[in-house]
Amino acid sequence: MTTSVNSGRPGAIWAVPALAFFAVFALVPMVLVVALTFTTWNGLGSPTWAGLANWKHLFHDATLGQSLWLSFKLTVISWVVQTLVALPLGVWAAGRQRNRAVLSTIFFVPLLMSSAAIAVLWSALLDPNFGLAAKIGPWLGVKDGNFIGQPSLAFYTVAVVIAWQYIPFHTLLYQSATRQIPEVLYEAATMDGAKRLRQFWSVTLPQLRNTVVTSSVLMLVGSLTYFDIVLILTNGGPGTSTRILPLHMYLTGFSSFQMGYASVLAVILLVAGTALSLVVTRVTGFRRMQSQREGL
Amino acid sequence: MNKVENTAINSYNKANSAQVSLQTFVNDPYKQKLQTGLGSPNAPDIFFNWGGGNLEQYVKAGQVFDLTSALNGDSTWKKSFIPSVLNTAKINGKYYGVPVEGVQPAFFFYNKDVFAKAGIKTPPASWNDLLTDVDTLKSKGITPITVAGSQGWTELIYLEYLLDRVGGPTKFQNIVDGKAGAWKDPAVVTSLTMIQQLVDRGAFGTNYASVNWDNHGTQTLLSSAKAGMELMGSWEFSGLLGTFPDVIKQNKIGWFPFPGGIPGGTGNPKDVVGNPDNYLSVTTTSKSRDTAVDFLKKTMADKNYVKDLISIGQVPAIEGIQNQLSTGSYGDYNTFVYSLVKNSPSFTQSWDQALTPAVSQSLLTNLQKVFNKQMTPQQFADAMDQGQ
Repeated sequence: MTTSVNSGRPGAIWAVPALAFFAVFALVPMVLVVALTFTTWNGLGSPTWAGLANWKHLFHDATLGQSLWLSFKLTVISWVVQTLVALPLGVWAAGRQRNRAVLSTIFFVPLLMSSAAIAVLWSALLDPNFGLAAKIGPWLGVKDGNFIGQPSLAFYTVAVVIAWQYIPFHTLLYQSATRQIPEVLYEAATMDGAKRLRQFWSVTLPQLRNTVVTSSVLMLVGSLTYFDIVLILTNGGPGTSTRILPLHMYLTGFSSFQMGYASVLAVILLVAGTALSLVVTRVTGFRRMQSQREGL
Repeated sequence: MNKVENTAINSYNKANSAQVSLQTFVNDPYKQKLQTGLGSPNAPDIFFNWGGGNLEQYVKAGQVFDLTSALNGDSTWKKSFIPSVLNTAKINGKYYGVPVEGVQPAFFFYNKDVFAKAGIKTPPASWNDLLTDVDTLKSKGITPITVAGSQGWTELIYLEYLLDRVGGPTKFQNIVDGKAGAWKDPAVVTSLTMIQQLVDRGAFGTNYASVNWDNHGTQTLLSSAKAGMELMGSWEFSGLLGTFPDVIKQNKIGWFPFPGGIPGGTGNPKDVVGNPDNYLSVTTTSKSRDTAVDFLKKTMADKNYVKDLISIGQVPAIEGIQNQLSTGSYGDYNTFVYSLVKNSPSFTQSWDQALTPAVSQSLLTNLQKVFNKQMTPQQFADAMDQGQ
């Protein structure tokens, strides 16, 4: 009887179910979308061959430039704002004090809500006459509560709502990562005479490096697919002021029923998302992921 | 609605030993089902549609039976429908459908308390009256007209009416027909300029672009006396009845047609816009085409069917039902809606239903930009002309 070293261990066959799923629900649709870009189709009947017409339309689409710019702006703003809030909040929430536990639980509530519910909630809050916007607007210099109706303000309002939705998740990441930091590091730092702020900069932050990278990748790539909240809250409006690329794609496909051109936009989104995640992981050394705890 | 239709079908089946049955679907799935079903061996004999552009695509595909001779051959039947409504199912001079439900024109709703407090005695009868009332209400610190600017279709009603009042129904017909330069017609630019003048005048207040119709934003403003008027489809009445039944029951809401008397305007002030009706059409492939036509003849203008429709708050597009309407519940409202449509020389279908989905999309976003002063009327005309 011969026992191979590998017997009972995962072989290639173990990956088949996952690979099959990935192929059916990710690869095949992607290929189909690319094929659709060469057709005209209104979603009913059969697609008809259109050659490069949809790709050429890219250069005549007056909304595309704005959509790309808005998506880029939303990505950067979301990353900066959400990181700046989630990181300190996560570190704070990592403390074992009871009041922090109670407050953290409240902070995490948005995590339990679906995007659609959040968007509906906020559109009620942002009603300029009867919502919270009417009360809070004057304090913030928006006398008439017209947050989602002013082209310039609508975009930032959307960014705030998105931050409200995602900060809890990233806070949770930072909270658990902070709790993983060995106590000995803080004890050593205390013996060296480091105060709390110094401990944060010299112990906590370096220890959170990999978490920062993970959270950033999720935020950056995720922000390219923000969509549901914007759809329900502003539907890309007023005019096209919040019509980010994913929404532009959706509206082109499912409101204008131009599936061919919407597929072109989908391909652009796919390429942009893949490129962004490659760049981020490379630049940050995410792939190497060295241990931050050598010698412990 | 289905109950009324089933009653009609059952009584027809009994009287004619025929086999008519009703299959129902929700709005969007229905449109998909219809698109794939027509032309297939399982095609229905009769199908429900929206007339105008919606029906035209099936007509173009040769799937709809021409009802012209059936209608012309039975003039009593034809004359029982209000002509401007029946005409929405008229494509290239031929009739392809008959009205099946209630009419839905758009007009102004107003809060009677607000008008009384501001000293406005009668609803505005002309464009100038409307502007005067706007100024009066504004000076009292009330939003003169509420519009749900976060949803472009509510703003579209203004353009639909103004273009009709300025240049008559042919201007929009040119757009539907795809005539070159139809969007750049001076009447379009004039109408949009009038919209921006209303905006500048403060007619809609300042935060209208954040107001949402689905959240009952405008209904709340109107019922709580924070706004004076709202331009909306006739469905707003049942909407208000659902959300704020008290204001309807206490008779606080009034209504008046979109005013005429626009300087230089050539349109007839009696024209209306909105959703004329829904229609029933017969398929060309139907094996029992004669029975289908017979069913439409015997049912659509039938006394009992009309009575049942009225009993559920619909105002059918049938001639000579004033008395029946005025004696039912909300008789004054139903009579108003009825005579508005009956006396209209032309009933323009809502543009976003009459045009293709892609054009409607750009129309709605561009119109929002006009309302928000991000686009000039001329830029709008140029953009729509280029299909942006």
